Amino acid sequence: MKTEDLVSLLATGVEPIDVRRTARRYVLALIGGMLGALAITVGILHLNRALSQEVFEPMFWVREAYCATLGSLGLVAVTRLARPGIRLGVVPAGIGAVLIAMWTFAALILVMAPARDRAHLLLGATAAVCPFLITLVAAPLFVAFVWILRGLAPTQLRSAGAALGFAAGSFGALAYSLHCPELTAPFIGVWYLLGMLIPTAIGALFGPRLMRW
Amino acid sequence: MQLKEDRLRSLLIRGLVGDPSAYHLFLGELSAHLRSFLRRRMSRLPEETEDLVQELLLAIHNQRHTYDLEQPLTAWVQAIARYKLIDLLRHRSRTDGLHDPLDDDDELFAVADTEPAEARYDLAKLLKQLPDRQRLPILYVKIEGGSVADAAKRTGMSESAVKVGIHRGLKALAVKIRSIA
Repeated sequence: MKTEDLVSLLATGVEPIDVRRTARRYVLALIGGMLGALAITVGILHLNRALSQEVFEPMFWVREAYCATLGSLGLVAVTRLARPGIRLGVVPAGIGAVLIAMWTFAALILVMAPARDRAHLLLGATAAVCPFLITLVAAPLFVAFVWILRGLAPTQLRSAGAALGFAAGSFGALAYSLHCPELTAPFIGVWYLLGMLIPTAIGALFGPRLMRW
Repeated sequence: MQLKEDRLRSLLIRGLVGDPSAYHLFLGELSAHLRSFLRRRMSRLPEETEDLVQELLLAIHNQRHTYDLEQPLTAWVQAIARYKLIDLLRHRSRTDGLHDPLDDDDELFAVADTEPAEARYDLAKLLKQLPDRQRLPILYVKIEGGSVADAAKRTGMSESAVKVGIHRGLKALAVKIRSIA
């Protein structure tokens, strides 16, 4: 086939691009994925019974803000990696800053606590299951974000997979927090992060297979 | 070179709002730059250069909604070209075909190769492998040059189904070309 003929074919009757289509897909994926994550949290794991009291504790909102901020930064990374030739810019540094802030806070809490309380502050009662349950809750978000990226053009598939996994893990952790009884900074700084990093690793591993175009 | 970037960019932007003649010029001029860019990087695979030029044109067309209007066109095209070239070489584990390192540079629009060229695959054959709901819209609108409304009437499909058929069909063609390239 002659290249000139292909050029004519592609240009003939070319339709205008709907610039809002991509934004609509992001909104749809985030809402759909979040509803799925909440359905798993409420339907399978059940809401935390103490939730109605915990919402009056500042630490509850620190935890929510931590998950929501990391999720938003992850999603910004996804939008950048979804387009050829756009650099990540300050997003990784932003994620690093949020983590360092949480770890600093956690270290202060641990240092100031009596020695006998430290293990409980770090491990709570659910450390062994928390990262895996976050991964489970993040699954619908993961699928929704893969769906978005398959309609765009990521050129660094491992990084794009990691970014979508991190965004899914963070928003998944946000949903999971409605079930989770843990409210200490050391717990959230370690086990929540681990729960975000499992989908990140899955995304990096399968990104090239899921999103090749 | 900046002039070239500005010219191609404004042609693409007119194409993105649905101006077929500007878009035709954009793709035509771009293909000469892509050919020259790839020739210098695939010197051991000369017979495959034009296949990849066409694969790139199809990819650029199918992904044109990912171009950010604030972004230099060179960066966008170059990222797609590098991705496709690396993908080609990796999936045939013939990395020795790579002549120059795939550095980021901005000479993409500095050189052009306008020699008319032909790829090895046969579009008509590939088109026949597509389902009717994709093949007929491409045939009536993109090859025969009819309107979407006309294609909708001839196929009994809705206009939006015709548009979706064209979009999905061109994506499916890109996959088929990739698998034989």
